[in-house]
Amino acid sequence: MTIKLSREIINHSLHEHVSSTDYSFESEAVVTDSASLVKICEVLKSAPGIELDYLSSVTAVDYPDYFEVVYLFYSIKHNHSLTLKVRCPDKQQPDIPSITPLYNGANYQEREIYDLFGISFVSHPKLRRIFLWEGYPGHPLRKDYGIGS
Amino acid sequence: MEVRIEPCYPEIDAHESRVIEDLKSSSTQPIAEPSGWLDEEINRNILVTTVDKLLNWGRKTSLWTETSFTACCTFEFISTSSSRFDIARFGMEVLRSSPRHSDLIVTAGTLTWKMAPQIKRVYDQMAEPKWVIAMGACGISGGIFADSYSVVPGYNRILPVDVYIPGCPPRPEALLAGIEKLRKKIEQSSISNKS
Amino acid sequence: MAHSTDSVFINLGPVHPSTHGVFRMRAHIDGEVITDIEPVFGYLHRGIEKLAEGKSYRQVIPLTDRLDYVASMNNNLAYCMAVEKLAGIEVPERAVYIRVIMAELQRIISHLLGIGSFFNDMGTFFTPFFYMFIQKEKITDLLEMVSGQRLLFNYMRFGGVSHDLPDPFLPALSQFLREMPAEIDKYERLLKENEIVLARSRNVGVLSREMAINSSISGPVLRASGVNWDIRKADPYSCYDRFDFDVPTGSNGDCYDRYRVRIEELRQSLRILEQAVSKLPKGKVINPVPLRFKPPVGEAYSHIEGNKGELGFYIVSDGSDKPYRMHVRAPSLLNLSALREMLIGWKLADAIIIFGSIDICLGEVDR
Ligand code: SF4
Repeated sequence: MTIKLSREIINHSLHEHVSSTDYSFESEAVVTDSASLVKICEVLKSAPGIELDYLSSVTAVDYPDYFEVVYLFYSIKHNHSLTLKVRCPDKQQPDIPSITPLYNGANYQEREIYDLFGISFVSHPKLRRIFLWEGYPGHPLRKDYGIGS
Repeated sequence: MEVRIEPCYPEIDAHESRVIEDLKSSSTQPIAEPSGWLDEEINRNILVTTVDKLLNWGRKTSLWTETSFTACCTFEFISTSSSRFDIARFGMEVLRSSPRHSDLIVTAGTLTWKMAPQIKRVYDQMAEPKWVIAMGACGISGGIFADSYSVVPGYNRILPVDVYIPGCPPRPEALLAGIEKLRKKIEQSSISNKS
Repeated sequence: MAHSTDSVFINLGPVHPSTHGVFRMRAHIDGEVITDIEPVFGYLHRGIEKLAEGKSYRQVIPLTDRLDYVASMNNNLAYCMAVEKLAGIEVPERAVYIRVIMAELQRIISHLLGIGSFFNDMGTFFTPFFYMFIQKEKITDLLEMVSGQRLLFNYMRFGGVSHDLPDPFLPALSQFLREMPAEIDKYERLLKENEIVLARSRNVGVLSREMAINSSISGPVLRASGVNWDIRKADPYSCYDRFDFDVPTGSNGDCYDRYRVRIEELRQSLRILEQAVSKLPKGKVINPVPLRFKPPVGEAYSHIEGNKGELGFYIVSDGSDKPYRMHVRAPSLLNLSALREMLIGWKLADAIIIFGSIDICLGEVDR
């Protein structure tokens, strides 16, 4: 069984590097803001006993008040998982640091989110549309984009 | 782990977008069926000569298909062309990847606006006489994806379609029936009305 | 006179027989050797995730069929599992087994087509492909028996499957299970030690273990690189924990290993099928759910070991009868993450083989 990492373990490994006000827990997920995202990923990727070496998926959700980017990590070595959420309250110019330098698997998924949600990933090596063509009007997966247009 | 940075070609992308936008804005209406083969007027005026018969026989018995395999319908097309349904009976087992070798394009799959210029280009490169079969609901109208922001509602926006085969995906039997229809259609054409 | 070669820019696809659909690569080649490559996606982007937001939960099942269209049962299964997790729906025991049977049959179809087209790319023009197609048609007949469709089955429902197995199904399946091992041996005799196959696929397109993990590769491609990671074992779902089967892994991570892993997985799937058929319990096959049911507010992610890798669905519900957001964790797209690392430095003709050995389905790459 792939188990969810418990709060104690996460707290234990994060407390030296990240201040405890920068992240919180919501049911099974860790919620943070874009400023501490990369730091948290770096720590969790290498912390002994945690070693989240596999980024399973990155996706985004358009909530009325904010964009939420959801990361799902596994550790292949220890067979546990972690869901990490980053909220981005600025709906006009959403941006979030890219974790592609850490996890190559994030590359296309971040481009996909950029394409379909319009969230910019700062310092992504090649932030261009992936599915739609350059100059396509709008970002279809946003809620204000009609379904049948 | 060092991952090399992907190359990027903004000019090519920009050109591609222009082509897509142009095609999208110029294809808002379906193209009518190409030849008026059921048209009374023409039927009365053509002479079915021996030359026509010979030509049509040649054309209909060696339809070479261009591969335009975009989505799910492809697998039913491949099933049809494999041994079980044996499309070779109609002289059609030759699948060509070069448009210059083919007479028929079977549009097996959903067409997106990004793909549309490519398919149109393939069609334009085919030599006359050429025919189009719209296979599947997507080929006819966009099917289950008709509402989508990126899907062309039917191949007839960009190509003149001769035969429509409904189904999602059409069974091989349905595809064979459609091919049979196309052969009938070719039989009735004449050099005097279809080039 | 000194000769020098210039780098040439060429374009592969999207209308190209080796791209398994409508994939496109822009390559820089120096002589025959690829120096850089840019994959271009989106030629089959149908907006499935957006369309799902406009349909009721149940209407989304046919949409998921069209993701990876060679294995639509797997997509149905992953989606239904996610919704069941979201709404806490129980699945009757018999349906759990039926789902496993369907998923494994689909895995066999997908692997057969994957191996067949891999050899097509290698130049064994259609001979192995048609051998494998014979078996594929047999499975298609089995699945048609239960669902009435030949390709996009739309068979699973929340809380079970749409109807019970018809009477002739189990005898026909047993017949197939008896025949199939000999067929696999036949493929092995044809291909396993074929000199050309060895020369063209051994040590070609090597993907290291670290790179595979870092690039979120999954499925047979990951296992060929020597990582023992199969969600059926790592995070068992349905009733996979009750079956006895092995997870084949490779050691080099080259094209040959990927082909070997797929062949071994065919054998393992047959083992699972045999056990599932012998243990198949009696009883009902569905706990019906109202047509327009509304799951509680919340979110759920559920994953299965699909034929191409980890297939997951992330669903957010706002309490209405339509999904607020549905995301597909598509193995085909992510398996391409390391494509450039695998291709650069190889000859163009090898690139086609390497690409074929990843075995993608464009419906899932672009969605
Ligand atoms: S008609 Fe159906 S089967 Fe054919 S391409 Fe469209 S969705 Fe796929």
